[in-house]
Amino acid sequence: MVPEDRPHVAEPTDAPEPGSRRQKSAAPASCEGTDGEAALVARLRAGHEAAFEEIVDSWSPMLLRLARTFVSTDASAQEIVQETWLAVVKGLDRFEGRSALRTWVFRIVTNLGKTRGVREARAVPWSSLAPADSGPTVDPSRFRGPDDPWAHNWTPAGAPQRWEPTPEDALLAGEIRAEVAKALEALPDQQRVVVSLRDVHGLSADEVCSALDISSTNQRVLLHRGRAHLRLVLEDYYRGREMKAR
Amino acid sequence: MSEQPGGRGADLTLTCTELVELVTDYLEGSVDDATRVAVEAHLALCPGCAAYIEQMHETLRVVGRVPVESLSDAARDELMNAFRTFHTPAT
Ligand SMILES: [Zn+2]
Repeated sequence: MVPEDRPHVAEPTDAPEPGSRRQKSAAPASCEGTDGEAALVARLRAGHEAAFEEIVDSWSPMLLRLARTFVSTDASAQEIVQETWLAVVKGLDRFEGRSALRTWVFRIVTNLGKTRGVREARAVPWSSLAPADSGPTVDPSRFRGPDDPWAHNWTPAGAPQRWEPTPEDALLAGEIRAEVAKALEALPDQQRVVVSLRDVHGLSADEVCSALDISSTNQRVLLHRGRAHLRLVLEDYYRGREMKAR
Repeated sequence: MSEQPGGRGADLTLTCTELVELVTDYLEGSVDDATRVAVEAHLALCPGCAAYIEQMHETLRVVGRVPVESLSDAARDELMNAFRTFHTPAT
């Protein structure tokens, strides 16, 4: 019997690399080198509960986000992720390490999700949709017109102003996080999943492309539009505060 | 790839309108060297675009902290049980 190592043990390989932009709430067990990965797989196969617990806890949120692209309810997504982990438990000994463990797990989610999506008759798989709009991400009226000597540069009123205090200031942080969370949920499906996987869950661009089966150009376009919109939401929030202060 | 994202060839001047659409490619490191240099030169001289990109960084820091959904405790317990059943160590 292996003693439970709760609360989970911090292995050196799980620490975020210094200087990496991975978010603190994102999966700590990602981006491991091949050694870390091999060690993780070995620990799992040897029955280390703490290792399994750790990947379940750190990867489930992103798996839920991915699963949710195939089905229309959170409950279905929960079931897909549950089935995925059961498949991992049973298939671990057959995992050959030809792909990263996490990539393998994503693939299981995708396969189960597709099957389930068909069963639930979800009309169009989201990845087959072309990204909708392709216009500018910043309102053109904020820039000077073509006849201006400073054509296509910001107008004085249109130029972004520094945010004071910053969104991390204790006074604003909670409210701002709630605003951004709401805006993220309101993004068009494709943008929401790409921004979530990249910027909330800390996946790499390559992981997102392969998990969602989209091209890197498409991934970038969706990320660009989604991020631009979230920045705009925050900007509106700051402008609203300013108006009130007057 | 046939198309270099954000590639601008020999033209090294950027307008603000162009810069805001290059921000993601720039942050992703997917622009060519000439474009990267042009973006950085523009940012050094343009307070509006410098504020824009700083806001983008701040936005991403907030996005990285939004609450996330996880598995229910019941589901998690069930998984831990399944793991124990399948992978009981030999000792
Ligand atoms: Zn500018």
